[in-house]
Amino acid sequence: MKLEDFELGGTQLKASDFKTGKVLTTEWKPDLKYAWDNGVAIGRYLAEFKEGRIIARVCHKCDRIMLPPRMFCELCFRPTDEWMYVKDTGVINTFSIAKVNWDASRRGPKEPPLLPAVIEIDGASEGMGIMHMLGEADPKDFKIGMKVKAVWKKPEDRTGAITDILYFKPVAAGTEDKNKGRPEGRGKEVR
Amino acid sequence: MVKRVAVVGIGTTGFRPVTPDVSFRELIFEAARKAYTDAGIEPSEIDGFITTAEDFMEGYSIADEYCPDQIGAVLKPTQTIPGDFIQGMATGYMMIMTGAFRTIAIEAHSKASNMRNIGELMGFAQDPVYNRPLRETPHAVAGLEMTRYLFESAASSEQCAQVVVKNKKNAMRNPYAAFGAEITEGDVLASEPISLPLHRLDIAPHADGAVVAVLADEDTARALCETPIWIEGLGWSTDTPTLEMRDWGEAAYARLAAEMAYRMAGIGNPAALIDFAEICDEYSYKELQHMEALKLCMPGEAAYMIESGATSYQGELPINISGGALGVGHLFEASGAHKILELVEQLRGNAGARQIPDVNVGLAQVWRGVPTATGAVAILSNM
Repeated sequence: MKLEDFELGGTQLKASDFKTGKVLTTEWKPDLKYAWDNGVAIGRYLAEFKEGRIIARVCHKCDRIMLPPRMFCELCFRPTDEWMYVKDTGVINTFSIAKVNWDASRRGPKEPPLLPAVIEIDGASEGMGIMHMLGEADPKDFKIGMKVKAVWKKPEDRTGAITDILYFKPVAAGTEDKNKGRPEGRGKEVR
Repeated sequence: MVKRVAVVGIGTTGFRPVTPDVSFRELIFEAARKAYTDAGIEPSEIDGFITTAEDFMEGYSIADEYCPDQIGAVLKPTQTIPGDFIQGMATGYMMIMTGAFRTIAIEAHSKASNMRNIGELMGFAQDPVYNRPLRETPHAVAGLEMTRYLFESAASSEQCAQVVVKNKKNAMRNPYAAFGAEITEGDVLASEPISLPLHRLDIAPHADGAVVAVLADEDTARALCETPIWIEGLGWSTDTPTLEMRDWGEAAYARLAAEMAYRMAGIGNPAALIDFAEICDEYSYKELQHMEALKLCMPGEAAYMIESGATSYQGELPINISGGALGVGHLFEASGAHKILELVEQLRGNAGARQIPDVNVGLAQVWRGVPTATGAVAILSNM
């Protein structure tokens, strides 16, 4: 047989063939549902959000204060040792100016861009913090290394979710936290 | 050149119907930490990692990206096999045989309780154009197969019910098992009809849990442990997925996977050489159908073996001493993992109340569940 003999062929279609119903179609809308168990670490993390607090876990072996918290240290590969509150302030590690939405639709001309950011939280180990959003300032005013603070929902509106923080805003000049820049030492230990 | 590969460590969380107290990461960490401690090795010393998972089961796209932390594989060579643990083990075996890896860790878990409409998820596996629009329960595929198997083998629904009775009773001796129970054949036949001849109790209920195993080449295995459990044979095979064309009576995928594993292990007469087996009983009839496909008995003979007690705890060929999927719970990608766990514990002589005396060679076999026709076989020994 020649190679062409293996080609199974088919029918070339035009856009109009779909519009006029010439092409037969089957539709199926998947109805998949999941309920992910938060577990010990993320369960406590989100419960603390409801109280307007951010909590981390400490590994005594490598001395890291891990945020988001985890019950095991992925590097030492042992259970972590204790809970520790950290601040709701930090510095911008990186950010982006998103002009499209989650579903890839373009944001309208009057809608401000979304500002996803990774914030290194004061009190957590270097390079650790929260993936969240920036707000309350012009996108062009945000810079890497800028000090920011969480803006929380009203207590009655919090549900124990990452969205209990609305966004992080720049810390106004003059009211800046004394611990700016890299966190030094640990926060307050808690049970 | 690498000659043999062994299981040198294994760890598990055990299996429970639900695990709302821990995340999948915390569940897997427990199994991994126990496995590495059992092997006497730290993950930093392990050369490569394999996880087994399917995105749709996890509810994450690219679920493999979420695996490194909880198995100690951060910044290490790691990959995910979208198949059963035994298929992952086959990949790990081959990696070690190349000589490029001395040790490989393999992980499998089930968080089946997190899938809130498991029926839709299982049905989603059917062909969307010419099977799914019929809107049959996914269990109907097993009902169809059971009907044909009973017709060809002359086994009965009562004998299938005896498989359920045996395995749930075995599970009573297994502290890892979620669904141990003392029930009767009558209970099974009187349970809710699902897709007849299948009844509710013919179907393994799902469970959560995790298993991690560490494989090593011969030199490393001998240095790490006194009783390496050697991988003697591995095989896997897939029949056509087409429901309209497959062989509904015989589990051809299991026969071919077993033949491959027997060839590798140099086993000519499996019924005589295999001391015990953990085989797929996700539906009761599957245990009987698989026994025949694996040549652990003659075609049509499995029903007599369950009837005579030959496959019971004290029988000549104990099958699913762990309780199988019917007694332990159906674990999706971790199905093969609980079978390998049972083989390792039995072959080490660590199986406690369910220890079978004087066992040297065990066989584990899995099937990927409806609507698949994929299976894998592993043969392990302590000699």
